[in-house]
This record gives sequence, structure tokens and C-alpha cells, in this order.
Amino acid sequence: MIYFDHVSKVYSPTSTALDDVSFTIEPKEFISIVGKSGAGKTTLLKLLLAEEKPSSGRVFFESQNVHSLPRTAIHKIRRRIGTIFQDFRLLASKTCYENIAFAMEASGSTDEEIEADVPQVMDLVGLMNKAWHFPHELSGGEKQRAAIARAIVNRPDVIIADEPTGNLDPINTWEIIELLKKINSMGTTVILATHAKDIINSLDKRVITIEDGKIIRDAKRGRYVL
Amino acid sequence: MSAYYSRIIKAGFINFTRNGWVTLATVMIMVITLFVIGSIMLSNVLLVSVLTRIEKKVDVSIYLKTTAQEEDILILKSKLENLPEVDEIRYTTREEALSSFMERHKNNALITQSLDELGDNPLGASLNVHAKNSEQYESVAMFLSSPAFSSIIDKINYFQNKIVIERLSNILTTSRRAGFGISLVLAVIAVLVAFNTIRLAIYTSKDEISVMRLVGAKNSFIRGPFIVEGILYGIISAFVTMVAFYPLTLWLGPKAEFFFGGLNLFEYYISNFFQFFIILLFIGTILGSFSSFIAIRRYLKV
Repeated sequence: MIYFDHVSKVYSPTSTALDDVSFTIEPKEFISIVGKSGAGKTTLLKLLLAEEKPSSGRVFFESQNVHSLPRTAIHKIRRRIGTIFQDFRLLASKTCYENIAFAMEASGSTDEEIEADVPQVMDLVGLMNKAWHFPHELSGGEKQRAAIARAIVNRPDVIIADEPTGNLDPINTWEIIELLKKINSMGTTVILATHAKDIINSLDKRVITIEDGKIIRDAKRGRYVL
Repeated sequence: MSAYYSRIIKAGFINFTRNGWVTLATVMIMVITLFVIGSIMLSNVLLVSVLTRIEKKVDVSIYLKTTAQEEDILILKSKLENLPEVDEIRYTTREEALSSFMERHKNNALITQSLDELGDNPLGASLNVHAKNSEQYESVAMFLSSPAFSSIIDKINYFQNKIVIERLSNILTTSRRAGFGISLVLAVIAVLVAFNTIRLAIYTSKDEISVMRLVGAKNSFIRGPFIVEGILYGIISAFVTMVAFYPLTLWLGPKAEFFFGGLNLFEYYISNFFQFFIILLFIGTILGSFSSFIAIRRYLKV
């Protein structure tokens, strides 16, 4: 479903973020990408979202080379990928409900669909009573759950989670991971980038380990080894 | 498709009301901008009216010989009227000249007595010529100095007033140019200030814009609400500016009328209210939407 074909990303001659990376992600997989800070995890995800262009190599989403799309068509790929970030990236001027509804408005859903689906996903992530709160009125865990709701509301094929638990306490961390597992069990591919050892070891799923821009390990039922 | 546009418009309104301080600051700057532009328009109206009044005061009198026949004078008059430079001609007959002279000096016994003793009317008729433009008197005077008319023309006062007329005409031209130049510079400064304020307002939203892109929103869907917001800035600012001009012109109108003469700004403001409002509204909305469009462009490239 997702295929990285000999991808390299060089920011400057002394800074190589990714060096000849190739791997495939199958549909409905739960895959963790681990590595130290600066190993290249975020760059990898940015390449998939077409936020960055590779220096060489190609990135395919299904049969589409993501970087051959014109700027005006990138949104079509992005609508099929839900994104979750360490810093939540909610729209500060919109309420929790509006943040989630915005993703649907952007993808052209009808008002009826929005009114039906948004409460449903808010219920799924446990935010029903916070619908009309602004992001600054929510706790870290609530913000991340709102971000997850926004990521899944368009029923994407893939969820990308870049250090989703980096700013959260252990209890909220487990709640978020449980949510991601639930989303995966409903048939969505999940790509989780993290350096939290406990999470990886408890997941018992495929793990790709990156070091200095290279894949050093790709294990079907991996553990956090660095 | 209509849901698409109604969403954009609704989002624009929500942003406008929710970004309280940014909205307030931007509207204030836009009001100042429109106020400067409005003041430029009003001062130009005042300047033009003052200059026109001064220009109207300049004329050339042609004093005709007492021997000149009425039909020759009328021929001269119609020839002058056919000149493209001439705006208006007033013909004063010998009798009219005498009666106004008598009227002016009716208390002066010596003069009335002398006139009585003369028995004949010693005054000649005169033609009073107004040119359309103060620079055109020269050519009118040239036309009159042709030998064909020398038999009936006694003297033309242009040649006595030549220096004064030329100097005045220079002052008028310079004032018009200076007025235009200053207006242009002030207007450009005002527009740039407003443009930069809107740029700053959008700069505060640059993170939101990148998030919208990542969530899969089309560029036009992100840009739309900002342009709606820019138009709203323009509309509100035009209203506020119009309201602000009411007390200002009410206060300034009579003072300016007394000082410069001619036009009362308040009456002008009231009688041209809608034209004035439409111009400010047009400038405000164009400035608001165009600034938003330009400012947001750079954040849509992620």
C-alpha cells in the first residue's frame, strides 16, 4: 500500500536525514518506526505527506508517486491519510467540534454527514462533554484525543502518528495507544513513530528501527532494541 | 457547491468575530487608511473650489473707443465668442458704463457737475472677457492686438496686469500639481500600512494554515475565509470612517468656508454622502481582500 523506493533526503552535505531507505507497508498493518531523536523518523513521515521532497528515490501511496502530484492535487492524498502529532496541531480558533468538522468540510462532506459522524468519533475518543471547548481549555490528553478524532473522521486508509504520546503522562499515553490499536483493529493502517520503549515492547507488532537515516532492523514482531 | 461557499463565508464571519483583538486592530488601521483617503478627497474638493474661485476673479477688460460703432463691437464680441479659449463675455454699453459711473460718484458734486457740463457721454463701451483657463489670456490678448481691431479698441488691461495674471496662473498650476503629488504619496503610504497590517494578521494564523493543509483542505478552501475576513474589514472600516467624517465636517465646514470662502465641506459631505461612501467601501473591500489574497499566498506552499 505504501512503498518507499530507495529514498534519500539530504538537507545539506553534512546533514543526511535519510540514506537509501526502502520498505513496504501492507494494508491494515500496525507498524512502529523507532529510533533516536534525529534518526530520520519525522523526515520519513513528512516525505509520505509530501511536506518534503526526497533528494532521490520515490514514495508511492498505492500506485501513485506522491511527489509527482502537482501542488494543487496533494490534498487528495492527504485526505486519505490522517495525521497525529506530538504538539496536537489543533486549530486554536476553532472548538473541539469545529476542529473535527473542519476535516470533513475540507473533504467536501455534506452537512448531514458531518452532523452524523462528528458526534460518533467524539464519542469513540471520549470527548462528548468537551465538544464546545476551545483547544486551550483542554488538557494534553484531551487535545490528543481531539486530534485523533480529527484524523479518523474522514475514514482514512492510513493514520500517521508522529510521537503522539511525547507530551503526555503515562495514563494518557496508554489511552492513546489503546485508541490507536482500536482504530487499527477496525481496518486502518497505523504508522507510529516513537522512541517510547515500553509502548513498542507491549505492542508486539512490526518494528522498523532507523539509525542515522538508515534502516538497521525490520522485525515482524519487534522489540525496542537500539 | 453552494455548501462549499456558505462554509467559506461562515468561517470568515466566525474568524472575524473570534479574533477580537486582531480584528479590532486591523479595523482601526483600515479606518485610519480610509480616513486619510477620504480627507485627501475632501481637501482636493476644497482646493479645486478655492482655485476655481481665484481663477474666476481673473479677467481681461477691453476698453473700446467712444467712436466705435455698436455693430463693430458686436462683430468683435461674436468673434471672441467663437474662440475656443473664451468662456464668457460681458458687454457693457456706453450708457451702462455712464450710469454705473454716475451711480458710483453720485455724492461727488464736482464729478457730476463736470459730466453735466460735458453734455456728451465721455465713456467708451467695454467687453469683459473670461477665459476658461488663466493661461489662455495671453492668446486672447494676441488675438485682440491684430490690426483689424485697432480702429475700435482703445486699450486692453491685460498688458497692465500681465505679470500678475501670469504669476497667479503659475501659482494655480503649482498648487494643483502639489495637491495631486501630496495626495498620491499619502494615499500610497496609507495603503501600504493597511496592507502590512493585514499581512501581520494573517501571519498570526500561519500555523493554522499549515495544519489546514495537512488535514487535506484545498488551497481555495483555506484562502476563502481570509478573503471574506478582509472584505469584512473593508466594509466595517468604511462605515466607521463615514461616521467619523460627520462630526469632523460639521465642525470644520463653517471654519473652512470662512477661511477659504466658497464651499462648505459639511454640505458637500451630506450631498455626496452615497458617492463618498461607495468610494470608501470600494477601496476598503478591494484593499482588504487583495491584501489577504497576497498575504496568504506564501503560507499555502507547504
